[in-house]
Amino acid sequence: MSSVVTKPMGEALPRPPAPAAAASRFNPKYLPLAVTISLFVAMATMGSVLYSGFFSAQVFLNLLVDNAFLIIVAVGMTFVILSGGIDLSVGSVVALTTMVSAALVEHHGWHPAAVIPLVLLMGTAFGAFMGFLIERFRLQPFIVTLAGMFLARGLCYLISVDSISITNELYTDISQLRIPLWEGASLSVGAMIAVVVLLVAVFAAHCTPFGRTVYAVGGHEQSALLMGLPVRRTLVGVYTLSGFCSALAGVVFTFYMLSGYGLHAVGMELDAIAAVVIGGTLLSGGVGYVAGTLFGVLMLGIIQTLISFDGTLSSWWTRIVVGVLLFVFCLLQRLLANRTRTSS
Amino acid sequence: MSEELRDSIEGHRGTGFAGPLVSPPEGEAAAGRFGGGLHFMRHRLAWPLITLLLLLAVNTAFNASFLHMEWRDGHLYGSLIDILNRAAPLVLVSLGMTMVIATRGIDISVGAVVAIAAAVAAWMIGGSVTGSVSRFPMPLAILAALGIALLCGLWNGLLVARVGMQPIIATLILMVAGRGIAQLITGGQIITIYYSPYFFLGSGYLLGLPFSLFIALVVFALLYLAVTRTALGLFVQAVGINPTAARVAGVQARRLVLAAYAFSGVCAGIAGLLISSNVKSADGNNAGQLLELDAILAVTLGGTALTGGRFSLVGSVIGALIIQTLTYAIYSLGVPPEINLVVKAVVVFAVMLLQSPEFRAEIAILMRRPTAPGVRP
Repeated sequence: MSSVVTKPMGEALPRPPAPAAAASRFNPKYLPLAVTISLFVAMATMGSVLYSGFFSAQVFLNLLVDNAFLIIVAVGMTFVILSGGIDLSVGSVVALTTMVSAALVEHHGWHPAAVIPLVLLMGTAFGAFMGFLIERFRLQPFIVTLAGMFLARGLCYLISVDSISITNELYTDISQLRIPLWEGASLSVGAMIAVVVLLVAVFAAHCTPFGRTVYAVGGHEQSALLMGLPVRRTLVGVYTLSGFCSALAGVVFTFYMLSGYGLHAVGMELDAIAAVVIGGTLLSGGVGYVAGTLFGVLMLGIIQTLISFDGTLSSWWTRIVVGVLLFVFCLLQRLLANRTRTSS
Repeated sequence: MSEELRDSIEGHRGTGFAGPLVSPPEGEAAAGRFGGGLHFMRHRLAWPLITLLLLLAVNTAFNASFLHMEWRDGHLYGSLIDILNRAAPLVLVSLGMTMVIATRGIDISVGAVVAIAAAVAAWMIGGSVTGSVSRFPMPLAILAALGIALLCGLWNGLLVARVGMQPIIATLILMVAGRGIAQLITGGQIITIYYSPYFFLGSGYLLGLPFSLFIALVVFALLYLAVTRTALGLFVQAVGINPTAARVAGVQARRLVLAAYAFSGVCAGIAGLLISSNVKSADGNNAGQLLELDAILAVTLGGTALTGGRFSLVGSVIGALIIQTLTYAIYSLGVPPEINLVVKAVVVFAVMLLQSPEFRAEIAILMRRPTAPGVRP
């Protein structure tokens, strides 16, 4: 647990380069990740100097607590983007999950222990369906997941147009539960789930055949196919994974908001894509780190925290700053891509 | 452009793909089989037109006065006119989107550009309640809004053509930041417009027809002439089919791509003016919300493939009309408007499956199997 807590302080980097090698010859492929982490540390330092009360463990833990669902969604998105695709349906699947959970628990009196596995299964099946269409009929991921987005949002409104608030005791208990760490600082259940998802995803991306195949497919699909890798299964797999992550994020979001609503998580797909890009993952696929995505999300979180600490800046500055960050990172990636092409 | 040239380009479409796709001739053959020899069915505008006519028929069946038009208060009045008037902004955005998609790109920032243009126009006209005074002269406000929209388009085009970013990401930047910029201009509020001459753009009438219709028509006519009477259409298709080959063949690919995004930006700007004039206000957060998705849907429905190359301007206009008629049908049938999204999703799924050569090939195999024994004697 401690390693996760110290990460925001900028000490423990989640990648294993040999210190001596890194000092002598820095691999340029780590540059976007290194820039993200340095920028995060710089912003945290700036906030701590400018605003009293900013430099506390709880402020940094709140980055995890308030963005737990985004971390989970962005982890699923990372795999999709690593495979060379994109998933625009994540935000609406989150909304659909909150809506189905709320409707079943409140209106139909289901027990949460039955509802949560059901919605997770639903999200997974939804992702698998889109993955099947993309893989089987060679459809563009952009359009398939766009239709998925319409479908999931539409289904939300079919259930109810209005917000359904959740009064079930189990949900409210879990929502208020705080896991104390030290000196009064604590994490919510959602944040704990996000941390576990992140750790599992880092392991899956780097130490399992599935993860390596995702990188291979994103790098060059034809080569991966010729190497005898299970390309088709993996392609369906990443969208299934993204669907599962969206549903899990929806469950965490339900704990966070304690309501189901068709307008929940509007535009979350954009935040997730932005976080993945800022985290140093190439949108053309094949290059990137799940750990980078964590810092992408934390970066979005700290921008919001800084703006709320400042108090004089309006909320729309968040979008402008995120847009500028996206631009800077995409430009950086292009420059890097050009340089490696000319050198090799 | 001659039909032969167009066909020769389309014949080479398969070279643009890297994957082991079913080659286009087979796909065409599969599509031809559906046509059952009817020449009309092979035309690529057949399906969009049939869809539109079916929707109009459904509307007429449930609402007898649907096709009825009458002359009232000095202009034509009726459901069809209403649909045309409401579809004008979507038609404009779809035309710009068609050119971008034809160059193998995509522009998801059009909704944000609509919001920015509306915000600029509303701010420059000002919120004076008297109704006859504007902060700046109205032509200046319109030019400024269109100028900013052009700049937005050029920015997208530069990122795609010069920097070499993926189109979806290059325009994602403006999509995220654009709404922030629009809210910055409006100060986070909804600016209400009281200056009555401005209302003419979105709700005025000329010769008994909505003025917005004429704007859409002029833009369409100019663009249509440009792509059919000059080599522009050919060049755009060439870039969309194989950018490298087009460049080697001497086509100024980068300039064309830049121009396509700039045009898309201006179209979104005009749409922003129409929308803000129609609702008499500018909302930085919600103006043009999901418009980019509707426009992409309209272009796809019109038969333009998202992989670039061959495009159809008439198809995109029909696509936009289909979406607006569908929306109208859903409202007039008394179906809850929330179903709109589900219906749209089903339509998108159906259209993209029909456009997929793999899917058509599979259906063709399925249809051939039971008939095969019967054919033999």
